[in-house]
Amino acid sequence: MNRFDYVRPNTVAEAVQALGADPQARFIAGGTNLIDLMKYDVERPGRLIDITRLPLRDITEQDGGYRIGALVTNATVAYDARIKERYPLLSSAILAGASAQLRNAASTGGNLLQRTRCYYFYDTATPCNKREPGTGCGAIGGVNRIHAILGASEHCIATHPSDMAVALAALEAVVQVSGPNGDRSIPLSEFHRLPGDDPAKDTNLAPGEIIVAVDLPAKQFKTNYTYLKLRDRLSYAFALVSVAAALELDGETIRTARLALGGVAHKPWRNPEAEALLQGKPATRETFQAAADLILREAKPQSTNGFKIELARRAIVRGLEQAAAGTPQSQSDKRIQ
Amino acid sequence: MLIDSGSPGAAGTIGISLTINGERREIQVAPWTTLLDLLRERLDLTGTKKGCDHGQCGACTVLVNGTRINSCLSLAVMQDGAEITTVEGLASLAAREGKNSLHPIQEAFVEHDAFQCGYCTPGQLCSSVGLMNEGHAHSREEIREAMSGNICRCGAYTNIVDAIEDVMQQGGAR
Amino acid sequence: MTVQFSPAAGRDRFVGQAISRVDGPAKVTGLAKYAGEFAAPDLAYGVVVSSAIAKGRIARIDSGAAEAVPGVVKVITHENRPATSQKPEDYQDAVAPPGAPFQALASDRIVFSGQPVALVVAEDFETARYAASLVRVEYETAAPLTDVAAQAGESYDPPMKRAGIKPPPEPWGDAAGAFDGADIRVNGQYRMADEHHNPMEPHASTVVVEKDGSYTVYDKIQGVSNTHDYIAGAFGLKPEQVRVLNPYLGGGFGSGLRPQYQLFLAMLAAKDLGRSVRVTLTRDQMWSFTYRSEAIQTISLGADRSGKLTALKHDAVQGTSTYEDYQEVVVNWSGVLYDCDNVALTYSLTKLDTPTPGDMRAPGAVTGVYAIETAMDELAYASGQDPVQLRLKNYSEGDQTEDKPFGSKELREAFRQGSEAFGWASRKPEPRSMREGRELVGWGMATGIWESMMMQSSARAVLGADGRLEVGNQTGDIGTGTYTILTQIAADTLGLPLDHVTTKLGDTTLAQAPVAGGSWTAASSGTAVMKACRDLAEQVFRLARGMDNSPLANVDFERVVFTNGRIEVSGDPSKGVALTDVMRATGTDKLEATGEAAPDKDFEEKYNAYTHSAIFAEVKIDEELGVVRCTRVVSAIAAGKVLNPKTARSQILGGVVMGIGSALHEESMLDHRIGRFMNHNLGEYHVPVHADIPDIDVIFVDEEDKANPLGVKGLGEIGIVGVAAAIANAVFHATGKRIRHLPITIDKILGAD
Repeated sequence: MNRFDYVRPNTVAEAVQALGADPQARFIAGGTNLIDLMKYDVERPGRLIDITRLPLRDITEQDGGYRIGALVTNATVAYDARIKERYPLLSSAILAGASAQLRNAASTGGNLLQRTRCYYFYDTATPCNKREPGTGCGAIGGVNRIHAILGASEHCIATHPSDMAVALAALEAVVQVSGPNGDRSIPLSEFHRLPGDDPAKDTNLAPGEIIVAVDLPAKQFKTNYTYLKLRDRLSYAFALVSVAAALELDGETIRTARLALGGVAHKPWRNPEAEALLQGKPATRETFQAAADLILREAKPQSTNGFKIELARRAIVRGLEQAAAGTPQSQSDKRIQ
Repeated sequence: MLIDSGSPGAAGTIGISLTINGERREIQVAPWTTLLDLLRERLDLTGTKKGCDHGQCGACTVLVNGTRINSCLSLAVMQDGAEITTVEGLASLAAREGKNSLHPIQEAFVEHDAFQCGYCTPGQLCSSVGLMNEGHAHSREEIREAMSGNICRCGAYTNIVDAIEDVMQQGGAR
Repeated sequence: MTVQFSPAAGRDRFVGQAISRVDGPAKVTGLAKYAGEFAAPDLAYGVVVSSAIAKGRIARIDSGAAEAVPGVVKVITHENRPATSQKPEDYQDAVAPPGAPFQALASDRIVFSGQPVALVVAEDFETARYAASLVRVEYETAAPLTDVAAQAGESYDPPMKRAGIKPPPEPWGDAAGAFDGADIRVNGQYRMADEHHNPMEPHASTVVVEKDGSYTVYDKIQGVSNTHDYIAGAFGLKPEQVRVLNPYLGGGFGSGLRPQYQLFLAMLAAKDLGRSVRVTLTRDQMWSFTYRSEAIQTISLGADRSGKLTALKHDAVQGTSTYEDYQEVVVNWSGVLYDCDNVALTYSLTKLDTPTPGDMRAPGAVTGVYAIETAMDELAYASGQDPVQLRLKNYSEGDQTEDKPFGSKELREAFRQGSEAFGWASRKPEPRSMREGRELVGWGMATGIWESMMMQSSARAVLGADGRLEVGNQTGDIGTGTYTILTQIAADTLGLPLDHVTTKLGDTTLAQAPVAGGSWTAASSGTAVMKACRDLAEQVFRLARGMDNSPLANVDFERVVFTNGRIEVSGDPSKGVALTDVMRATGTDKLEATGEAAPDKDFEEKYNAYTHSAIFAEVKIDEELGVVRCTRVVSAIAAGKVLNPKTARSQILGGVVMGIGSALHEESMLDHRIGRFMNHNLGEYHVPVHADIPDIDVIFVDEEDKANPLGVKGLGEIGIVGVAAAIANAVFHATGKRIRHLPITIDKILGAD
C-alpha cells in the first residue's frame, strides 16, 4: 500500500473541493474494495478523502419512490423495512452479494464504483489495459472462465461484479451526482460503460464528481421479481451469471418486463429489444426463450468461458419463470425454484 | 475540513480516539494503518486474526458499534470515535451483562467443538455475536448463509452452526 | 482387546469420553498465540517481494527507492544476501523429497512464479509493505512449462524414491491380457485440479534474537524439530543455539510439514541484522510454495459378468518441480482395496516450472482413491451391481501389494452401518430416477483408505509435589486435538483429574517427537505419553510402598489402581494413599520419566495397517442451471479406538468438508503462458463456506487393533479420502453424466451432455 494523505470533509461541497484539487485523490467510504486494491498496489491514490462523515446516510421517500443516500450501507438498504417491502428485488440482490461483514461496511455509492474481479486486473505482475492502459489484456487467451460474453472489446473482457447494480439497472434507478459544475442525474444503465478502447474508465462519472444518492423510481415490482445468481459456491462468490427479472402481469400476459444480467459484461446488461419483445406476450417458457436468444445473439465466448452463454440463456429463462410465478430465489435456501 | 494529515508521503500521524473492549484509548496512527494492523501490531490484541487481509475470509471480524465488519478493510483513522469489540472483549461484554467468565457463544464453541486450529475462531465468534445482534437469521439455513463470510478451513462449520443455534435458543447473546 | 491405560490398574475415565478441548478456552478468548504473533522489543518486519515470472533470471534488481524510505532497515536480494551453508544437504528437511531444496535469494535464477526475489525489512509492517512495492525487478523471461497434461508424455520413474513413500508394487498376473479378455471393461482417464492447502493462518515466522546471541524461533510448522534442524544446518548453528516453538498452528494440512521460505528469510535477516525479525506471507504468497499437484490418471478395470474383478490397471503421472522429485502414494491404494489376480500399478513424474508440490491432507490417497472409486462406480453400473455389493464382492482380505494380512479391517461393518444410517437400501439404482421438485437427487458412495502409521516418538512426564502432572513433547497440535487426547491419556494413567494435567507441545526443549502428519500423532505421542506416565506410576508406587506404615506395603504394582489422585488397592479403596501424601512423606520434590514409543517391529513384520471409511453422499442438482448442492453425507469410519469422540468427529467432519471442496469447488487455475496461478486469493480460489456444508453424520465402527497399546490408528486423513468420489458418483446417479474431472463446477454439468 502506498502512502497518501488523508482528509475528512464534513460536507459534500468540501468533499468535491478536496477531490477537484487533486486528480490522484480518491473518495473512501466503506473501503471494502478500495483498501483491497490499495494493498495490491492496483490503486495508489495520493490522497484519500474520507467521506463517511457526509450527511448522506438517509433513505427518504420522494416522488413516490425513494432516495438512498450514497453512504447508506448495503446491509441497511437490504434490511430496511420499506425497501424489503417495496423493492424486494433490490434487497434480494444485495443479500446475494459478498458477506454480512462486507455488506455492513460497503456503501451504496461504493458498491456502484467497485471494480472488476478480473484476475489480471488484480495482479500487477500481469498486463492489464484497465490497470495500466496499453499493456495489453492478460485475460484474453488466459484464464477467463469468469469473464465477459457481451459487450467486451479487444482491449478488455472484464465484468462488473456488483449484484446490487444489476437490480438497480432493472429497477431503472437514477444515480445522483454532485461535482464542480453542479449536480446531475445519470440513469443507472448509463452509469457504467463498456470497455471499448478505454477500459480504464469503468463509469461515466466525470472527473471531480461524487455520488450523493441513488433514486428508486415509483415502480416497485413487489410481486413478480427475482434475483437469480449462479456462482462457483453457494455463497460468498461473485456471479458467473446473475439475472434480475421484474415483471408486471395482466393475467398471463406480460405488461412490463425488466431484465438485467450480471457477470456477463462490463456493466449490468440490459437489452431494450428483449424487454420490448416480452411486452404483451404470454408469460411462457417459449416467450422467455425468445428473449434469451435475442439477448445472447451477439454473445461472444472467450477461450474458456463459452459455457456462460448457455448458462446465461438458461438463467434468463429461469429468472423470468421465477418472476412470473412469483417464486423469487431465496438467498438463504439454496434450492433453486 | 475536520482532519487533514498534510502532504502525501509525509509519515504524519493522526490522533484518534477509540473505545476498545470498553477501554477508551487515544492513539496516534498513520492513515494507512488498518484497524486490524492497529489491533495486532500496535495494541497487542492479536486475538483478531489476519487470514487474507482482503475481506475474503472473515478471520479479522470485529464488532464496530455492535456491527460486524472486516477490520482488514477499514483504516483505523476512519474509525475515530468508534466502539470496537474484539474477541478479547467478548468475555467482558458478557460480564457487563452480569454473566461470568466466558460469553455464552464462547462457551458454546468449546462445548460443540466449533473449532480445530482456532485461527478463524475469533472471527467466527465476533461474527456470531454480530449475527445475533442483527437478528435476521432464524433457521440453520439462514445461519449458514449469514455466516458464509467466515471461512473455516478445518471444516468445523456444522459445529459452529450448532453452537450458534444453541445460544440463540438460550435467548441469544443479548 | 480392552485397552487398559494403566495396566497397573487404570480406569478409562477420560479416554473414550467426549471431552471438550483443553486448549478451547485459550482459542475462544484470543489468548492462543500463533507464530506471527509473538512480540520482541527489537522486532523488525520483513515483507517478501515475489517474482512476476515463472522461469528465467533476474536481469536487474533495484532496491534503491525502497532503501530510501525512512524506517527501512535493509533490503536483501540475491546480490547482497549473507552467506549460508554451501551444502545442499543442509537444506534437506526431515520430510524433503529427493532433490535440491529451494533456497530463497540464492541466485538470479527464477524457477517458479511467486518465487521470493527480495526481502524488505523495516521498523514497522506498513513501511516494509510500502517499500516492497518500490523494489524494481527486470527479468529475462523463458517460456515456462506448467501444464501437467501437456507434459505427461515426458514422464519418468523417479530415480530416487522418497523416504516413507512406497513405490508401486511389481505387477502381478497379466493385467493387460486379462483386461482384453474381460467380459466387462471400464476404462477412463481421471483428472483433478491443482489444489492449495490454504490454512487460515498464513505462513509466518518470528525469529527472536536473545541477549546471549541464541535464537528463539516461532515458526508455522507442524513439528518444531524439523525447523530446528533445518535452521541449525542451513545457518551453521549449534543445536543449543536455536529453540523453536509453535504452541498453536493455524491449520497446516501438510503445508506446515516442511520449513518454508518465510522461515529462511526471517532467520537470514535476523542473523544478518542481529535483531528480531518477523516475516508473514500474504495470502497470495500462499500460492508460491507447496500444493497438491494434479495427477493424470488412467484406470482400466476388467470384470466377469458378476462384477468380480479380473484385471486392474491404474496409472498416474503427477507433476513435480524442476528441482525436487516430490512423490506420494497414488496408485497403490487400488491394489490394497480390491482383490484381483491381475494388477498393474504404475506411477511416474513429470517436471513443471512450479514450486515443489507437497503433502496435502491424505496426500496421494485423495488423488488415487478418487479415481479408483469412481471407476468402481462405473463398473457397478456396467455390471448391474449395487455399488456397495460390488465392493463387498471384491473386498480384499489382505494387502496384496505386499502379501500381508491386515492388522484389522472393519470396512464391512462401516459399509453396513453407513448404508443403514444413510438409508441406502431405498436408493433407486437407475441414474436420473430420483427427483425432488426441480432437482435431480443423486446418491453415491465410495470407500476411503489411509495407511495407519506410527513414528518413533518420546514424551516426558513430570509429577510435582502438588500432585500436578505435566506431560509433553515436540509434536504440534495442528487443530487435531493432540493437547486434549494426551491430557486424557496422562490423567487416566495416573488417575488424576483432567485439570491436574498440563500438556505442553511444540517446543524443542521438550522431548523429541516428529512432525505432526500422516495421522500418526495419536499413536506415536499417545503411546509415548502413556509409557512416561506408567513409568511415573511405578516410581510413585515404589515410594508409596516404602513409606512408614504404608497401606500398600505388601501389595504388588499389578494389584493397585490409580484413581482420584490416589493409589489404592484394587477392590479395597480404604487401603490407599494420595499421590501428594506420597510426595510429601518421602520428601520428593518431583518425579520425572521419559516414555519412548516406536512402531512394533513384530507387528509390522506380520501385518499391514490401514484405516478405512465408507462414505455416502447425497447431491441435489438443478440440471438446467448446472448447480450442484451436497445435501447430506454419512461417513462411517473404521480406524481403531477412538480416544475422544468429540475431537475425533471433528477430524472427520474437517476431512469431509475439504473433500466436498475437492469435489465441487477447489481449483488453482494456471495461466500456462506465464506459468502463474491466477486465482491466488480466497475470493477466487473457492474453498467451501458455511452455505456449502450440510449436516454430516459421522459414525465410528468398533475396530480392535494391536499395532500399538492404545489401539488407535489415526484419524487426520481418513475423513477426506473417497469423499470426492462419493460426490462424483452421486452426481452420476443424479444426472447420468460421468464427469471425470474435478471440481464438478457448473460448466462441467452443462458441458457433460
